[in-house]
This record gives sequence, structure tokens and C-alpha cells, in this order.
Amino acid sequence: MSIAILALQGAFEEHAQMLQKISVDSVFIRNLADWQAYISATDGNRALIIPGGESTAMMRIIRDENLFEPIREAIISGLPVFGTCAGMIMLDDLHLNVMDIHAKRNAYGRQLGSFSTDHEVEGIGRIPMTFIRAPYIESIGPDAKVLSVLDGNIICAQQGKMLVCSFHPELTQDERMHRYFVEMVKKSE
Amino acid sequence: MAENRAELNRNLAQMLKGGVIMDVTTPEQARIAEEAGACAVMALERIPADIRAVGGVSRMSDPKMIKGIQEAVTIPVMAKCRIGHFAEAQILEAIEIDYIDESEVLSPADDIYHINKRDFKVPFVCGAKDLGEALRRINEGATMIRTKGEPGTGDIIQAVRHMRMMQSEIRRLTSMSEDELYEAAKQLRVPYELVQYVHQNGKLPVVNFAAGGVATPADASLMMQLGADGVFVGSGIFKSGDPVKRAQAIVKAVTNYNNPKIIAELSEDLGEAMVGINESEIQLLMAERGK
Repeated sequence: MSIAILALQGAFEEHAQMLQKISVDSVFIRNLADWQAYISATDGNRALIIPGGESTAMMRIIRDENLFEPIREAIISGLPVFGTCAGMIMLDDLHLNVMDIHAKRNAYGRQLGSFSTDHEVEGIGRIPMTFIRAPYIESIGPDAKVLSVLDGNIICAQQGKMLVCSFHPELTQDERMHRYFVEMVKKSE
Repeated sequence: MAENRAELNRNLAQMLKGGVIMDVTTPEQARIAEEAGACAVMALERIPADIRAVGGVSRMSDPKMIKGIQEAVTIPVMAKCRIGHFAEAQILEAIEIDYIDESEVLSPADDIYHINKRDFKVPFVCGAKDLGEALRRINEGATMIRTKGEPGTGDIIQAVRHMRMMQSEIRRLTSMSEDELYEAAKQLRVPYELVQYVHQNGKLPVVNFAAGGVATPADASLMMQLGADGVFVGSGIFKSGDPVKRAQAIVKAVTNYNNPKIIAELSEDLGEAMVGINESEIQLLMAERGK
């Protein structure tokens, strides 16, 4: 299995390191040619991670590089995808519009509002969480399942093969979120 | 708590990687920068090229002007304070700035002491032209480093010199034996623990951007290939003929920095680059401020 990581801007290397720790290969997608090569070279067990960073920067580049439609179509046709922080925003109704969620950007305010904590995620357990100018899910449709709620706000959810979280598991030493996603990808085969 | 704050602040810098931070002087420019794909903006009253042209003492920007930019965009907003001017930094923290640049672009307020950045909750980025400076700033609490380069010139030579110097000193530390590290720490005038970190990891303990003289997509690609995690573009965008197009081109050049075919396409029809001043033609070397 090799997992594609959208490497337009942000903390994409940290996801690659996390996958390496659990012995999963990854490939960076910086442009349309990278994406086409990934789709044609990998058979079965394909998946995509959209990392943290700035969603406005990622949206600008994803559109200009003509990656928006191919990625959206791939997800709609069943490509498993994992979005962290900005990645959650990218998958919501106002961006790639593949998941039945609406994310509130900078929901905890500016950098002074950034924090870390330990909290429960359904099906995974209690894990360390780092929130950096993080979003949370403001509204969620019936098809999506809530996996974690912190202080009344939805911070982790899943809809079919789409997984999102407000925090950055790739910045911690705990690889359980990534293992959970990899298991999801294997099951989708 | 303090250690946790430093970690969160290092983490924010990680989110900026692979991105472009643009100098803006108005809410309108900030919106253009955000729309073009900037990962953050630096709010300041005058861009370095104009600071250079006008001369005189250059200070922190009016907080009202900075707030106007904070309201205009959703990406992180940075602002500069003078080297050693902790009262200016306190003001920037009070208006909840996302990152403070303790910057040699402004007139230094203290010629001996930098700000004790560990006293603050908001993060700091500082300029450095070699490994010793970078590690001293990190020891003072900086959670992000950038090359000093030579701001407001459009001349890349100093940024290249500083990045190459840092990278070669990092490689030198990496190849040292354990017992040589104590002497290296002494020569660099930094704590042993930081030297040990670089020795073991082959990189700075914080994100390292290029700054000072980036004017074209090729400049951005050059700095990324030399090991920068991202770039600051100061005067290079809004002093050029077509700021929107140039801003977008530099953003994409940073993403695809190792793909010359894409950089070639991005470099077409950008209009006038900022005029630029050669290193040898300038009177004031800002990089010599604050060591």
C-alpha cells in the first residue's frame, strides 16, 4: 500500500514520517502529473491524506493545478481520505464538498487560543491532541458519524471512508489515528 | 505550561511550511495576498524597500493598522517589533498577533540584548545569518528562524549566503564526534543541548524560512533547494509590476520548487520585477543588526 499525501503547503512531511513509523509507504502530490502517476501506478489500496496548513493556500493551488476535480471525483468514487485540521476544512461543504459537514475555521481564535490535551476518540481510545488555530465541525449531516466531542464541539468524524479531525495526530508520538485510517483503507479493498 | 506553549508555537511554524509569507501594508493588499495563496501575511506600515528609501528611525506599526489587517484575512497575521524592544512586543501580544518578527528591518532598540522571548505566550520568528545566531535566538525563545538576507533590495545574494552558511555549519556539526560538541558549543556561543540537537537531527529544532531579497519564482526555488522550509517575500510582490500574478507564481514555485518545467511556466509574463539594488550599492546593511 502507498498513501498519497497532498503536499501543496503545510505539514505534509510529518504525515509521511508518521506513516513510515507504521511501515506504510507514501508519495507526495504537488501537481496534476504527480496525481496521475499515483492513480495509474498504484492498483488497489489507494488513499489520500490532506494535511494541516492553510486551507486558503491549498485551495488556491489545488484549483490552479487542476487537481480539484480529479481529487473530488476520486473521493466521491470511494477513495479513502483523511483530513487533519486544514484537511478537515478542505473536505467540507464549502470546499471539496465531499463530506456532509461544515467546518468553522479558526474556531478557537488566533494562535493564543491554540492548545493541547488528551481526549477520547470512539473506536481508538484516549489520545494526545494538538490544536493549532484549529477548526471544529459546526454542523454535521445524518450520513456522518461523530467520533469525538470536546467541550460540546465535534472535533473528529467519519463518513464512509472519509475521516477528519480538528487536531494534528501527525505532531504527536501517538500513531493510533494513522493506524485507524490504514485499517479503514485495508477494509475498503 | 511554558514548555507546552513553546511546543504549540513551534507547531504553528510547521503549518506554514511549504508556504509564502507576504509583506502587506493595507487590508486590500492582505486580501490579495491571501487570495494568491499566501500562508500568512506580515503587517507593516512600510515595506523594507520604502524603509530603505525614506531612512530615519523605523518602528513597530500602528496597532490600528495591524488590527485592520487581522480583520481582513483568516490566515495568520505577523508583525514586526524592533530588536530588544519588549514593550513593542507586549503591545503586539496584547492585540493577539499570531507571530512576532523581532526584526532587523526596523531600527534596533537595544544593541546588546534581544527580547527574552520565553516571557511571551505569542511566538517569535527571528533573523539569522549563521548557525550561531540562529541557535542564540532559539535559546532566547524564538520558535521559528528565517535568514536575514538583505531586505528591500531584491538582491538574493545575502539570503543565499546566510542559508548556505547555516546548512554547511549544520553539516559540520552532524559529522562531529560527541566529544567535539562541547568545543563547538563554545565557539558558536550557544548551549550544548542545542548543539547536541543539531548534531543528532541534522537540522534546526525549529522551522527555517528564507527571507530578504526574494523577488522571482526562480529565487524562491533556489532558496527551497538550498534547504529553506518556505519563504518570506517582502518588497518583491507589491513593488513589482503585477503583484497578483507574481504572488501566485511565487506561491506555486515554492510548492513545485524542484520542478524546473513548472518554474519555467511560472516565470513567463510576470511583468516588471522590483527594480532592486545591488548589495554593493547600499549604505545600510540591515543584516548586521542584532547578532
